[in-house]
Amino acid sequence: MSAPEGGSTGDRLLGILRPRLRPVDLAVALLLALLGFGTVVQVRSTQDEGVLASARQEDLVQILDDLQGRSERLRAEVATLTATQERLTTGSDRSTAALTEARRRSQLLGVLAGTVPAKGPGVTVTLTDPQGQVSADVLLDALEELRNAGTEAVQLEGPADAENAGRVRVVASTSLLDDADDAGPGILVDGAHLRPPYRFTALGDPATLAAALAIPGGVVDTVGRAGGTARVERSGSLRVAVLRPLDRPRYARPAPDGG
Amino acid sequence: MLPAIALVVGVVLGLVLEPTVPAAFQPYLPIAVVAALDAVFGAVRASLEGVFDDRVFVVSFVSNVLVAALVVFLGDQLGVGGQLSTGVVVVLGIRIFTNAAAIRRHVFRA
Repeated sequence: MSAPEGGSTGDRLLGILRPRLRPVDLAVALLLALLGFGTVVQVRSTQDEGVLASARQEDLVQILDDLQGRSERLRAEVATLTATQERLTTGSDRSTAALTEARRRSQLLGVLAGTVPAKGPGVTVTLTDPQGQVSADVLLDALEELRNAGTEAVQLEGPADAENAGRVRVVASTSLLDDADDAGPGILVDGAHLRPPYRFTALGDPATLAAALAIPGGVVDTVGRAGGTARVERSGSLRVAVLRPLDRPRYARPAPDGG
Repeated sequence: MLPAIALVVGVVLGLVLEPTVPAAFQPYLPIAVVAALDAVFGAVRASLEGVFDDRVFVVSFVSNVLVAALVVFLGDQLGVGGQLSTGVVVVLGIRIFTNAAAIRRHVFRA
């Protein structure tokens, strides 16, 4: 470019300041300055403001459309997921409640079936039998009296010996058999051999239970006539700790209501 | 010498001032810059061939920029702005490559 400028470049700075500097030189310089300026400005604005600032109107409309469709899709997805979450939450609440209820029922049934320990107010009845006259009948009568009086959990103990722990949880299927032998009187309760003195621990209303045992002609009288003694003690807090293993029924199956 | 200094001054001014491009000019500035680049490459080639003319350069520079901007503006009005600016950039790009090839032949004799 220096060739056509001829003499003015030869004189360097001095030449620039001279009046020989023609307007067209200034115009060229101005244009090139504008080019540099414009280039820098454009590059900077592209870098600063990203793609959107330099995008054309129709492109922007297209992008906006895309974004709106996308946000609509995402909103629909949010709604679906929220509904799912709600369903799962209420579902798990319901199953938690059902589980709690089932546990409660199994505890209650366990008390009746003798598979869980029970505690509460009740009476202890101690029967002595020095003459060997207190038979399984008498014990069965005593048990029936207690049941009639509303007892809810019963255990029957005799002194522990080498063969038995001497304690049996009394449930619906409990059987009582006379089992006297050479060593003395005794009974067989669900396969466990007990010897006197026998001791019932029955949970229920202590006053009712005690009254039921003490009626004329009742257990206390019968034992007295058989030469033994029956001592009834009320207590506010007793514990029926003996457990009975739960046998799975072989034939009977639960039948749902209406099933 | 003076044009080179002016170019540097313009770049420095752009860096220092950090102006923002008005929204109305945003579609035209890049096209104008490319058109001006085409004029500058043509001028360099002309000077190497010994046929450089100040006036021709000034007129071609200004008309290049104006025509490019006008084409893009018309394209915008007709709804084909995007395609037309692409076309302008392609044409100017081809010219720049042609001029650059001529410059290369003069400088490297190859």
